[in-house]
Amino acid sequence: MKPLKIALIGNPNVGKTSVFNALTGLNQHVGNYPGVTVERKTGTAHLSKDVKASIIDLPGVYSVNPSSKDEEIALNAIFDKTNKDYPDVVVIVAEVENLKRNLLLFTQVKDLGFPVVLALNMADQMQKKGISVDVPALEKALQTKIVLISARKNQGIEELKQVVLNYSSYPTRPVFDLKSIDKEYFSLLENLYPKQNPYKVWLSQTNVYPFENIGNVVSSNAFVQKSDSEIKKLQHRETIKRYQFINDILKETYSIDTSKATDIRMRFDRILTHKFWGYIIFFFVLLLIYGSIFELAAFPMDLVDGFFADLSAWTSATLPEGKLTELIADGILPGLGGVLMFVPQIAILFFIISILEETGYMSRVVFLMDRIMKPFGLSGKSVVPLVSGTACAIPAIMSARNIENPKERLITMLVTPFTTCSARIPVYIIIISLIIPKTYILGFIPLQAFVMTMMYVIGFLSALIAGMILSSIIKADRKSFFVIEMPTYKAPILKNVFLNMYEKVVSYIMGAGKIILALSVILWFLGSHGPSSTFGNAEEIITEKHITDHLTEDELADELAGYQLENSYIGIIGKGIEPVFRPLGYDWKISIAVLTSFAAREVFVGNLATLYNLGSEAEEDEAKIIDRMANEKREDGTAVYGFATGISLLLFYAFAMQCLSTVGVTKKETNSWKWTLIQMVFMTGVAYIAALIAYQLLK
Amino acid sequence: MTTLNVLKKSQKGTIIEINSDNVPLKLIEMGCLPGNVVEVLQIAPLADPIYIKVNDSFLSIRKDLAKQIQVELI
Repeated sequence: MKPLKIALIGNPNVGKTSVFNALTGLNQHVGNYPGVTVERKTGTAHLSKDVKASIIDLPGVYSVNPSSKDEEIALNAIFDKTNKDYPDVVVIVAEVENLKRNLLLFTQVKDLGFPVVLALNMADQMQKKGISVDVPALEKALQTKIVLISARKNQGIEELKQVVLNYSSYPTRPVFDLKSIDKEYFSLLENLYPKQNPYKVWLSQTNVYPFENIGNVVSSNAFVQKSDSEIKKLQHRETIKRYQFINDILKETYSIDTSKATDIRMRFDRILTHKFWGYIIFFFVLLLIYGSIFELAAFPMDLVDGFFADLSAWTSATLPEGKLTELIADGILPGLGGVLMFVPQIAILFFIISILEETGYMSRVVFLMDRIMKPFGLSGKSVVPLVSGTACAIPAIMSARNIENPKERLITMLVTPFTTCSARIPVYIIIISLIIPKTYILGFIPLQAFVMTMMYVIGFLSALIAGMILSSIIKADRKSFFVIEMPTYKAPILKNVFLNMYEKVVSYIMGAGKIILALSVILWFLGSHGPSSTFGNAEEIITEKHITDHLTEDELADELAGYQLENSYIGIIGKGIEPVFRPLGYDWKISIAVLTSFAAREVFVGNLATLYNLGSEAEEDEAKIIDRMANEKREDGTAVYGFATGISLLLFYAFAMQCLSTVGVTKKETNSWKWTLIQMVFMTGVAYIAALIAYQLLK
Repeated sequence: MTTLNVLKKSQKGTIIEINSDNVPLKLIEMGCLPGNVVEVLQIAPLADPIYIKVNDSFLSIRKDLAKQIQVELI
């Protein structure tokens, strides 16, 4: 039997996700609608022993009139009879507390002719909040089936399944009379389409829903053509009339003691949105986020890293020597390790963010930060990705998903990699210790630490400035207004938190992971292969060259590694583009190190060490590589790592997109190579120009 | 008569009229309707946005939008 198709629709913050989770558990899948970034969440549930249902969870909406492109795409899919998402039955999830507003959406969906079941969530709170509902009378007035549930306590879910199973016997006629809005106009529409659902006819006038052939006929009929302004007035009037209709029903069937409900909210809001304490608390929340992804994730990350290093060593020792073993041991396994290494950070960040969203705190953050972030084209919520970005851009870019406005979300994703992530730290430390003297400003501020701090400031500022530039370039799909709901404070439901965390990790591995793995294998190949005349004979060439030098085995191995990197394909490319980097003050060795560190910034130091033939020693002794770099001279006798080149390198690493994992995640999250490339070219372009100016001015 | 953006914290007003050309339908649908009472619960530290209660909904909107809503102070 074909599975039953159920659509879950409801306002935001009514616990729709909890209902979805209660119905489907781990049998859920998050993908995208074809060709766009809009999330499409589906799952399967067993309604009874032999009836399976596929459930689609729509984003929270307040009405069938979409207020964003995301809503439009999701609603379009379930209203379109030819779409695979078109449901057999709709479950409207509503909350008992603000039933009036929830019923607006209910009456609209009902009028479209779907069999509708109304699930009243948080029914367990009714007594506490002084709410009473006359269910049979409400069912009669709304011509529907009502189920009282509490997704939090897993109550009423079985009953909901039973009620949904009998969907075919429920009435599908409209409850609201459109003619009460404008008798003349809606009578005319009805005469034009005597056989059509009148609400579909009206919606095809106002929106872009592809209802069966309605659009064509009406647009060719001058009689019913209305201007945008007139349509809008009618929509307003429709809303007013619907509310009147709902109020009349609720007067007879529903009562609430509002003083009980708002008391807790006010007490929390007084502190959390306070003009001083609000920011202090938010600051500590950010500190917690930063600390968790920086410190807490370090241990599991090391585990993953160590595990893959061991596995790689074991593979190359165990499998027969050859190209395939090399590919597995040195290309694929380290690449996989590179993908999985970010999982702890992603899991931890989304654990915290889910809690912030679930409790309702995130909306308060938006309220506090909106005015500050608005001039930069960012949302109040962008603060979380930007601060997380100072640990790592990978989870940070993913966390931008919680931003509702598509333009603000895109800008946030594009500018987040400017913030100083932890992978830049080793590069900064080496360069700063080379070019900044160990003196004190004003006698007590260490200059090196000051420069390091400035690098963080530069990171933040460049993200904000880039946001400002992008927001004036990127066009919004439609005018978007800042209207956000401040939800009631709730204790987080751990099941939702963990499912969200799980889903984010899976989507990272399956989406961005593939791209990261592919790119890192390509980069490994370029770095470990070269023309046979030089690279292929590296061992003989090096042994011959040092035949009289009496080098130890380790020293010889270091010489070999340096020679191999220099003569690998990437080394050849690096040498080839040295003229491009020369105006920035880089020699061919730095050029190669910069190029190879496209994989990940922290590789820069290690690869320089390899090029200076001290690969194995530098790993244990950072001072050695610094010492070696300090003594590196140009042909004219000046130091390679002089002040100008150092500053140029610092700026280059501050701005350049030197992280292929970020590329992978940006591709996954924007669902567009265009924006991914724009980000890469923009960041690297800024890096090049800044480094160029700095070197040319300082040399 | 005045507009919603000038109301101070914990002041209330009855909505008289809404400029339907400049106000998104979403705001109307959330209950910002003529005749309903709107209360300013909180104003963000930099004077924008504002936090209001209307029709049992708790919303945050920017002042430029609040300016489109005419209210009668209660």
